[in-house]
Amino acid sequence: MTRKQKRLAIIGGGVSFLIAAVFLVMFAFSQAVAYFYVPGDLAKAALAPGTRIRLGGLVETGSLKRGEGKTITFNVTDTLGTVPVTYTGILPDLFREGQGVVAEGAFVAGSPVFVADTVLAKHDETYMPKDVADRLKAQGVALGGKENIQ
Amino acid sequence: MIIELGHYALVLALATAFVQAILPIAGARRGDKALMELASSAALVCALLVAFSFAVLTFAYVTSDFSVRNVWENSHSLKPLIYKISGVWGNHEGSMLLWLLILVFFSALVALFGRNLPETLKATVLAVQAWIAAAFALFILLTSNPFARLIPAPGEGKDLNPVLQDVGLAIHPPLLYLGYVGFSVCFSFAIAALIEGRIDAAWARWVRPWTLAAWTFLTAGIAMGSYWAYYELGWGGWWFWDPVENASFMPWLAGTALLHSALVMEKREALKIWTVLLAIMTFSLSLLGTFLVRSGVLTSVHAFATDPTRGIFILVILVVFIGGAFSLFAFRASRLKSGGLFAPISREGALVLNNLILTTAAATVLTGTLYPLVLEALTGEKISVGAPFFNMTFGLLMLPLLCAVPFGPLLAWKRGDLTGAAQRLVVAAAVGLSVAAVYYYAMNGGPVLALLGIALGVYLIVGALTDLVLRSGIGKVAGSVAWKRLSGLPRSAFGTALAHTGLGVTLIGIVAVTGFETETVVEMKPGMMVEAGGYSLRFDGMRPGRGPNYTEETGHFTVSRGGVAVTEIWSSKRLYTARRMPTTEAGIRTFGLSQLYVSLGDQMTDGGIVVRVWWKPLILCIWGGALIMMAGGVVSLSDRRLRVGAPTRAKRAARLALGAAE
Repeated sequence: MTRKQKRLAIIGGGVSFLIAAVFLVMFAFSQAVAYFYVPGDLAKAALAPGTRIRLGGLVETGSLKRGEGKTITFNVTDTLGTVPVTYTGILPDLFREGQGVVAEGAFVAGSPVFVADTVLAKHDETYMPKDVADRLKAQGVALGGKENIQ
Repeated sequence: MIIELGHYALVLALATAFVQAILPIAGARRGDKALMELASSAALVCALLVAFSFAVLTFAYVTSDFSVRNVWENSHSLKPLIYKISGVWGNHEGSMLLWLLILVFFSALVALFGRNLPETLKATVLAVQAWIAAAFALFILLTSNPFARLIPAPGEGKDLNPVLQDVGLAIHPPLLYLGYVGFSVCFSFAIAALIEGRIDAAWARWVRPWTLAAWTFLTAGIAMGSYWAYYELGWGGWWFWDPVENASFMPWLAGTALLHSALVMEKREALKIWTVLLAIMTFSLSLLGTFLVRSGVLTSVHAFATDPTRGIFILVILVVFIGGAFSLFAFRASRLKSGGLFAPISREGALVLNNLILTTAAATVLTGTLYPLVLEALTGEKISVGAPFFNMTFGLLMLPLLCAVPFGPLLAWKRGDLTGAAQRLVVAAAVGLSVAAVYYYAMNGGPVLALLGIALGVYLIVGALTDLVLRSGIGKVAGSVAWKRLSGLPRSAFGTALAHTGLGVTLIGIVAVTGFETETVVEMKPGMMVEAGGYSLRFDGMRPGRGPNYTEETGHFTVSRGGVAVTEIWSSKRLYTARRMPTTEAGIRTFGLSQLYVSLGDQMTDGGIVVRVWWKPLILCIWGGALIMMAGGVVSLSDRRLRVGAPTRAKRAARLALGAAE
């Protein structure tokens, strides 16, 4: 092979690999990402059952049922809407009523209950998931506690 | 008073950095020796000043001086001494000071051990280092002053976030920063090469040890962080594809590519322009990581406090340095002569493939990390990109690389023999498949993909050793001859073999845990049993306890196998009193390379408790592999080849790097 051909072979191989990678990334973006919703958005969202989403909001005060087996139920609310959530497992240390939470999972067909497989709570006492804070602020919900919520 | 001295030293360090940033480069342009030599002394002075400033902050923490706002916010007089010290970098201001300290430390090392560098190159490199140092010193002084006073001084501090009160925190950030910031030296060398418009094999020889050292530290830092998250957060996960983790993983991928391309440049004088570009990209990714973690655009354990001015300041640093470096590259890269012909099938070709795949993989991680931020900024839509995305893209892209890794060292420079290499690797592949078959039998089945993954890991390990076996002629010549040949091999050959073996070991750990781990969530009352990984755990009950700054409820478990008690596990929930913050202290027991992992959940109204038990097969391989990779880095660093020029001094440098790596 001449110098030119060698170079072409290397560049050609590289470019086709890159193109493959770009398609892979685009495919993965269409398949493997979860959109974020707050309860108030869900009515107009018309999700197909089984679509993985992240549901964020506040844990409704008084809705948490724990201490009766390993499945825990609670409501996530943003005051415009409320969604019942079930979760089997151990909640994060900082999960509390009246505080921000993000649950990842899906709705089962024909049921209003959101089945979460991952529950994220804030990392310390001044932290609220940014997604939740933004949405709640946008909807004019007064955020309790510290003012420096980001 | 001493606090103000620390603050003042930092201001002086900034002034010194300005001097070091401007005068030596002017000297290099005009051929003024005195000005060029100024760079080394300025670098040393700057390092001493920042070190003093850091020592003052540490002193404030150790003596619990709550008149310093930073100490008040992050410390507590009852905290154990080690966490008082590690608390210095357990917050935004202190960790930026540590970042700066390590940066000027590396500049000082270049000044001390770079005596055999051409003087213009050395002056320029140190000047570029000082640009970075000046930018970050300015950032600290203007937006994140750790020495700010609080008057009147409160009597007690607010305590450090309990999750951060752990030995892991004492080690993880310094190691990670040594890696991140270590790449600044490669960056400065690349910028200096562009400014000088000249680059040769010697340049690559100077850059390679720095890359190796930084890479070794970064490997350690990432592995440490992963293990810390695993045992401290109590979720049993070791990697979350969290943007903050990605921020450290991207420079690692680019740095690994740089390590390999510098090799081609050094041996064959090819890929010069690419190597320079890669050096710039690697440090740019480090800067991007700092931005992502420190600016508060991401919310995580790492985003200590969020303040928009800081984010904008770091963004400006990021844009100036990355933008400036790439513009300089665009203008000057054509000056660098390329050279070194090679066939696509050759050692060079293999290393190009390595670079292609690693940089593409880094690019997919970058896309996955930034896409949600960009999407939100543009459309307001919020998405989460997590493990499914990265497994699909990064995982798939890495597969061909993993298959190709053992081929690299077996191919000759310039023109290689692919069939020959493949024939030599048949044994490795066969061993891999048989181990997978044995594992399948031992586990009574299992997912086929995971088994293939284990086969791939074993193939990587055997393949890496194949190179050493072939080069020493083990099995072909007499034992003593083979031993002689083996001990005569360059250290870098062992370094390569170790690093590639480590990769295989890590892969085995990842695959085994992903494919074969078991997780059980049960509600237990004292006396109840749960099975995991062939062991039975009996819950014996809870008992209260207290530590220096927390109270806890500890669950006790007796572990038995075949009816015989083997060991015990304690798992607890703590409440840190100062912040009223609960944490989970998982109970972990190691059996060979596998672990039992027990976390506690809610107390039931009827006296029971929710318990989550994982069996993590071969999980220690994940971090063990990283340790082997690091050993590879250290062994390579001690190679004779890297001690070119002044052997005694360079030997000292290597020993120093070795000592620091331990």
